[in-house]
Amino acid sequence: MSITLNVNGEDHSVDADIDTPLLYVLRNDLKLNAAKFGCGLGQCGACTVIVDDRPIFSCLTPISLLQGRKIRTVESLGTPDKPGPLQRAFIDEQAAQCGYCIPGMMMRAQALLERNPHASDAEIRTALEPNLCRCGTHMRIIRAVKRAANAMAGA
Amino acid sequence: MRRIVLVIVAVIVVVAAAAYFGLVYKPAIDPLPQGQAQSFDAALIAHGAELAAIGDCASCHTSAAGQPLAGGVAVPTPFGTIYSTNITPDRETGIGSWTEAAFVRAMQQGVDREGRHLYPAFPFDHFTHVSDDDDKALYAYLMTRDPVNARPPANQLAFPFNIRAIMAGWDLLFLKPGLVAEDASQTPEWNRGHYLVEGLGHCGACHTPRNALGGEDAGHAYGGGMVIDGWFAYPINASSPAPQKWTPDELATYLKTGFSADHGASRGPMAQVTAKLGEASDADLHAMAVYIASLMAGSSAPAPQPPNPPPLTSGDSLAPPEVIKASADRGAVIYATACSSCHESGRLPPFGGIDFHKSTAIHADSPQNIIDMVLFGLPAAEGRTGATMPGFAGTLSQDDLVALLNYLRATYGDGRPAWSNAAQLVADTLSGKTAVNLYGQDGLPRGPIPVNRGGAGS
Repeated sequence: MSITLNVNGEDHSVDADIDTPLLYVLRNDLKLNAAKFGCGLGQCGACTVIVDDRPIFSCLTPISLLQGRKIRTVESLGTPDKPGPLQRAFIDEQAAQCGYCIPGMMMRAQALLERNPHASDAEIRTALEPNLCRCGTHMRIIRAVKRAANAMAGA
Repeated sequence: MRRIVLVIVAVIVVVAAAAYFGLVYKPAIDPLPQGQAQSFDAALIAHGAELAAIGDCASCHTSAAGQPLAGGVAVPTPFGTIYSTNITPDRETGIGSWTEAAFVRAMQQGVDREGRHLYPAFPFDHFTHVSDDDDKALYAYLMTRDPVNARPPANQLAFPFNIRAIMAGWDLLFLKPGLVAEDASQTPEWNRGHYLVEGLGHCGACHTPRNALGGEDAGHAYGGGMVIDGWFAYPINASSPAPQKWTPDELATYLKTGFSADHGASRGPMAQVTAKLGEASDADLHAMAVYIASLMAGSSAPAPQPPNPPPLTSGDSLAPPEVIKASADRGAVIYATACSSCHESGRLPPFGGIDFHKSTAIHADSPQNIIDMVLFGLPAAEGRTGATMPGFAGTLSQDDLVALLNYLRATYGDGRPAWSNAAQLVADTLSGKTAVNLYGQDGLPRGPIPVNRGGAGS
C-alpha cells in the first residue's frame, strides 16, 4: 500500500502498511537517520520529530495519521556545513556526550522556540521533560537551548 | 404599642446575639508559647503519617513548585479560587503556634486557631467524623514536619463569599459533627472502612455531586459526575459504570497501587490519592475497599472474568496484524494502527494496555477521561513500575479523536449509547477551556499546570 508523506518539505510516496510507525519509515525507507529508536514505548523521546508544529514520538505514531501533515526531522534544521542556529548552539555548548538523545531534544526544543521564542529556564525544563538523557548533559542541553533562543532572537 | 415594638426589637437583638455567639463567633485559642518544643511519641507520629496518607493532606497542601505541606495550591470553586494553607509547623505562616486543641477544633468544626471560619474546600464536613485520638496522631505528625516559611496567595472570592462568617450558615446546613454511627449488622472491618471513607478519606468530596451551595448532595451520595482538574469522577455507588464488579481484594489492590487489570489505572487527581494510599496500612486499605465495594453492591455488573488471553511472556510474538484498509471507518483505522498493538497485546503494564472490554472509562457516562488519556497519556511513575501510556495530542486531530471515541464506545461499550457530547468535550479539551492537570502514578504533576495551557499538545 502506498501513502504520501511530506517530510522536510518534500512529498515522498512510501510503500508501507499504514500501521507502520513513522520512525521506521524515516529511517528505513527515507534514510533519514537523525531520529533514533530508544524504547519504542513513547517513554524516552529519542524518536521525537515535529508534525505540523508539535513534537511527537515517531516510534509509535502510525503513518495512517500523517497523510497531508508536515513532518520535520533534524535534517531540516541545517547541514554539517551550515548548521542551523539550534544545531550551532548544541555544538557550541558541546551538549552531546553519546548523542543518542540529542535529535529528539533538538526537535522538542525547536517546537518550543517556534512557539515561545523567549522561553524561560523553567519553560525549557518543562517542555523537555518527556525526553530522557542517560549521559547527564542536561545542564548543557538547557544552556544550548537558551543560546539558540538568543541567537534566533538576534538574527 | 410602642412597648410591643420595643419588646420585639429586644427579642430580635437577643436572638441575633445568641445566634452570633452560638454559631458564628468562635473564640481564638491562645497560641503555643514560643520557644517551647513539644515532644511526641515516635509511634504516634508514625500512626499520624499513615493517617495523613489516607487523608491525602499533601496533595492539596503542596504546590508543584513549593515545599511539602506548605500550601498555595489553587482550588477552583464556583464561588472563586481558594488557596490551600501552609500546614507546616512554621509559627508565622503555618500552624506552628497551634495547640492540639486548636488543631482538633479545625478538623471537627472548620474554624482556625484565631476563630475564623474555614471554607469547606478544606473538607471538615468529613474530617468532623475523625476521632480525637486520630486527630492527635495527625497533629503529632504535622508538628514534626519541617517548618516552611511560605504564605499562600490570598483567596479570590466574590462578595459575599469573602466574608468568612457566612460559613456559619453553611456549617448549619452541611456540618454534621461527630463520629459516624456504628452499624452492628456489619463486620468490624466494614465499620472501620465506613469510618475511614466517610471521615479522613473524604471520598465523597470528589465522588458525591455538590448542590448550588457547594454542599454534598446527600440524596446522590457517591453518584459521581463532577469534573475535577479536568477528570471525571466516577460514581462509586450502585451506578458504578465498571463493566465488571469490584471485589474488595481488587479494590484494595487498586487503592494501593493505582492499577487494576480488571478496571484500569488511576489518573488525574485520583493518581495523587492512590500514590498516597500506597503509604497507608494494608488493613485500613482493605477496610476502605470492603466499605466502598458495599456501596457499589447494587451494580448489575458481572463478577470479574479470568484474564483471556493469558499474558504473553518475552519471546512470544504477536499474531500478524490484520490487513487494515485505509477506506475502513476512520475510528477503526486509528484504533487498529495506533492503539491495538498495546491494548490487544495481552501484556501487563507498562508493556501492554488494558483490554477495553474491562475499561471503566469506556463504560462511563462521560468520555472526558478517555479524551484526557488519549491526548496526554499516563506519565511513568518515578522509581516504580506501573501503567504508562504516551499521549497523542500532537498527532490526532479533533475529528480523529471523535471518530476514535465513537469507535471505542460502539465496539467495547456493551451496547451503551454513543456519547452525545464527545465533539464538544474534545473541542474544549483541545482548546484548553477544560483545564486538565496531568499527574504520574507517583502523584507528581507533569508538564505545565494545566497541561493544556494555551491548547493541547503545545
